Amino acid sequence: MTETEGTQERPGRHVRVVLVDDHRMFRTGVQAEIGQTATTGVEVVGEAADVDQAVTVITATRPEVVLLDVHLPGGGGVEVLRRCAPLMGAVENPVRFLALSVSDAAEDVIGVIRGGARGYVTKTITGTDLVDSVFRVQDGDAVFSPRLAGFVLDAFASTDAPPMDEDLDRLTQREREVLRLIARGYAYKEIAKQLFISVKTVESHVSAVLRKLQLSNRHELTRWATARRLV
Amino acid sequence: MPVATPRRAASSRAPEPEETQPRKLYRSAEGRMLGGVARGLAGHLGLPVVWVRIVFFVLFLSDGLGALLYAVFWFVVPLGVGGVDAPRSAFETTPDGRRKLRKPDKGQVFALIALLVGAVTFVTHVEVGGQAGRYVWPALLIGLGVVLVWRQADNARRAHWTETPRRRRMLQLARGLAGVALVGMGLTAFLVVRGSAAQLGNVLTAALAVVAGIALLAGPWLVRMTQDLSEERLMRIRAQERAEVAAHVHDSVLHTLTLIQRNAEDPGEVRRLARAQERELRNWLYKPEGTGKDESEEPDTLAEAVKRAAAEVEDKHGVPLEVVVVGDCPLDDKLAAQMQAAREAMVNAAKYGGEGGAVQVYAEVEGRTVFVSVRDRGPGFDLDAVPGDRMGVRESIIGRMQRNGGTARLRSAPDGGTEVELEMERAADG
Repeated sequence: MTETEGTQERPGRHVRVVLVDDHRMFRTGVQAEIGQTATTGVEVVGEAADVDQAVTVITATRPEVVLLDVHLPGGGGVEVLRRCAPLMGAVENPVRFLALSVSDAAEDVIGVIRGGARGYVTKTITGTDLVDSVFRVQDGDAVFSPRLAGFVLDAFASTDAPPMDEDLDRLTQREREVLRLIARGYAYKEIAKQLFISVKTVESHVSAVLRKLQLSNRHELTRWATARRLV
Repeated sequence: MPVATPRRAASSRAPEPEETQPRKLYRSAEGRMLGGVARGLAGHLGLPVVWVRIVFFVLFLSDGLGALLYAVFWFVVPLGVGGVDAPRSAFETTPDGRRKLRKPDKGQVFALIALLVGAVTFVTHVEVGGQAGRYVWPALLIGLGVVLVWRQADNARRAHWTETPRRRRMLQLARGLAGVALVGMGLTAFLVVRGSAAQLGNVLTAALAVVAGIALLAGPWLVRMTQDLSEERLMRIRAQERAEVAAHVHDSVLHTLTLIQRNAEDPGEVRRLARAQERELRNWLYKPEGTGKDESEEPDTLAEAVKRAAAEVEDKHGVPLEVVVVGDCPLDDKLAAQMQAAREAMVNAAKYGGEGGAVQVYAEVEGRTVFVSVRDRGPGFDLDAVPGDRMGVRESIIGRMQRNGGTARLRSAPDGGTEVELEMERAADG
């Protein structure tokens, strides 16, 4: 993980990926775009079109990263995440999920992130960026698209009055700054340059946001979602 | 026999469609006195309402035939909107707004007098005191009750079209109950008059037993029928929704696909079409209702304004703009100026930096500050190197922001693209 500065070249890196999407055309497209193992280092080891299939394939192949569609027959991506929770928590070779969806509705995004996905990108993403995101997720980092960063900022901003419990579930000034730059379309590398910190630090900030989002911010998110009549 | 048709046909009051399509008979829900039968008939026949009412009245005098006829019409003819409006104004001498308002009052006074006269005539005719009179009073009571309840049913149906305030609803409930009570009284009076008051208890028990038996027999069937009905209604609503989706998809998507096929060699145009279609579809799918139609209306919140501006620039220049908005606030004059500056920045980004990929637009409301950033990944440029007579950036963006008390910052790197940051304090709450 020393070569995170040069994300485009990953000599010797190899990641096993499962594609979960109910549109065969889309799976074929992604496969064609990122599946050239020799050049991209990504190997697609399995595909699934619905929740049951996904759980079976993921359990059987134990990939490192799952590209997960949010809208799936049989309960959606959230259901896959729920049933694969033990695999995510595994100490050795944990399976990590990257949500990949055409929907950028707030409830979908926040839903899968809270379900345990390590990142969220929309289907308009380019092949290179997707490969990049896959590797980042494999490293255990979080991948935020600008839109997702916007949603998260929105979620935390709408509750300006500090809650009664400790600052643990608040975003720090730095994290907020990082998120804001992501929302403005900056790449991690650019953020690092802008804030005079290392890419690694940017990544850890983002991971911290993700953790807060999943674990401690339930009440804020609930309030936020209720205020917007999302739930 | 009048048949129920969609309301739309009835509500079309314009004279042209009435000429072309066959007029259907409706009871008028507006300005009616009892069931709206006379108004509806008048509208259907093209006669003044008063004439129809007089005919009913005269018929009523001849052994109550009019009342029977009226009741039949009431029962059979569906309630509609509109009916007759034109004849009413036809014999109004002064087409004055206030006169028109007063007119119904006069009509109601007239109707009341007519009703009294009718009642008196009726009473003297049928010699209430005599043997037959013993049946007349209960019959009248029952009739009155039935009228009340039916009228109530009409109101309930009408409530589908118009929102009724809560107090009116209470009144309606009271009226319905009064109707039921009247019918009950009439029936009881019948029993008493027939001299069977002594066996009232027995009769009541028997009646109750019969009712209970019927309920037991028909109850499950009735329940199932109502369930089927509501299920059927649900299915119909779903089908309607599906049809609406299909219509929408058909209209816009197929049209766009055709355009794309025709412009297949022009990737810019294809991308523009696809983006516009995507945006419209998204808007339509995820926004609850009412959006899409009010395209021409001015946006009144910041988020809307940003999205609108981005969409317009995207359509015009064929460069995708990715918009992220955090928070929202109403648009005031200063923010409107900021929006214009932002729009200018988006246009610049799309024009000069569009080759580098999507333009990122970010807007945030934090406290009283509104921040907008527009960022492209184009070649970038050196602001100082731009000749002084090129006023685009200086005037439209920086100047405009400063005039309105805001700040604008421009960051441009030779190959890192350009970013415009606009910051503005919101006007004090007024």
